[in-house]
Amino acid sequence: MYDIIIIGGGPAGMTAAIYGRRAAKKVLVLEALSCGGQIINTPDIENYPVEEHISGIDFSNRLHKQAENLGAEFVFEKAVDINDLGDSKEVITAKNTYTAKAVIIATGSANRKLGLENEDSLVGRGVSYCATCDGNFYRNKTVAVVGGGNTALEDALYLSDIAAKVYLIHRRDSFRGEEANAAKLSEKPNIEFVLNSNVTALNAEKRLKSVEVTNKDGSVRTLEVNGLFIAVGRIPENMNFARLVELDEAGYIPAGENCHTGVPGIYAAGDNRAKEVRQLVTAVSDGAVAATEVVKYING
Amino acid sequence: MAVIEVTAKTFEDEVLKSDKPVLVDFNAGWCGPCQALKPIIAEYAESHPGVKVVSVDIDEEDELSENYEVFSIPCLVVFRDGEEVNRQVGLISADSVADLVEA
Ligand SMILES: Cc1cc2nc3c(=O)[nH]c(=O)nc-3n(C[C@H](O)[C@H](O)[C@H](O)COP(=O)(O)OP(=O)(O)OC[C@H]3O[C@@H](n4cnc5c(N)ncnc54)[C@H](O)[C@@H]3O)c2cc1C
Repeated sequence: MYDIIIIGGGPAGMTAAIYGRRAAKKVLVLEALSCGGQIINTPDIENYPVEEHISGIDFSNRLHKQAENLGAEFVFEKAVDINDLGDSKEVITAKNTYTAKAVIIATGSANRKLGLENEDSLVGRGVSYCATCDGNFYRNKTVAVVGGGNTALEDALYLSDIAAKVYLIHRRDSFRGEEANAAKLSEKPNIEFVLNSNVTALNAEKRLKSVEVTNKDGSVRTLEVNGLFIAVGRIPENMNFARLVELDEAGYIPAGENCHTGVPGIYAAGDNRAKEVRQLVTAVSDGAVAATEVVKYING
Repeated sequence: MAVIEVTAKTFEDEVLKSDKPVLVDFNAGWCGPCQALKPIIAEYAESHPGVKVVSVDIDEEDELSENYEVFSIPCLVVFRDGEEVNRQVGLISADSVADLVEA
């Protein structure tokens, strides 16, 4: 039996592992894909204290090594459920059941999809969720970005230096992203705003050919594009645990700053917790707090 | 077995003429999810000697990525007897890599 099972090997989970190991607890991290979480998608982190610049993958690899060197175990399986047996908890994966005295849910969030019928089948054939990964395939082509937050604005700016033309589609008439980004966008001659509009269909023959956008006033426009970059936010990955742990309307775990979920021995850390600022510093902060609370709980 | 780097020159011999199934990993150095997938692919190659695993750097080999219509990376493509039989885009788990090749 483990002392602590951490579900999710992102920044929050791996930091919790470091704190758990430094308190001499037996720690297992269950990770569905590969360690690092969302941050591996960015080549540039420039707001993490002390490191003026580091890539997401370097950040992840160094954090992973630090946790592993301290003796945390990592298993690459996806947790699909938790059974609360009181003093112990079972964490279920497709292959195994693992038992621990306490669990930290640090599952972060996943890309939100538009929810259009052929969206999944067009990923890699014109539809992308990662501008920095796939932007280069669209040199001198026409692309669209859909979304209104910082990620969408940054994607549009990034793509405007590569593509011939960038449509920025947003369902409102103004952007939620930082002022600085919004100002930079209006200086780019090859970015066209398509506001008050939703993407309502993806037209494809093998590859994406065009997107249909419907304006709030009911008018419909077809934009010929080679690529569509979807940046409409993220959704917390908590649904597997909804049977046991309370979620708020948006699907986040409404745990306070102490990361308690309301179920004794089960804690929430990182981007999947209800909070205002979702960044590395707040994720790693949650990891430290949750592990410290767990250690108090186990030591009684 | 180790992962073999292939180019447009060696693709035909290494991939299309291979008598083993081949898993091709289209990737690039600047792509984070590709770097995260690399160790998973390397481990798969070590533990599956019956499958040839090769890597294509799309920055060096734009002709190959164009021919095989790779527009999103990482992109894994499975070949059997010179024909594409399966493909998957994005970072996936070790188990999903095995499923992709076996499917
Ligand atoms: C493109 C991009 C750029 C960003 N840039 C910055 C930046 O410059 N600075 C900054 O501070 N922040 C940045 N962020 C935000 C930052 O990445 C997140 O705040 C942070 O990664 C949250 O960490 P986390 O551990 O809570 O969750 P995540 O990073 O989402 O990690 C969760 C992990 O849990 C795993 N998981 C999920 N469900 C399960 C399950 N059921 N079983 C097992 N494992 C599971 C996932 O595979 C994932 O590895 C950026 C985010 C993105 C998408």
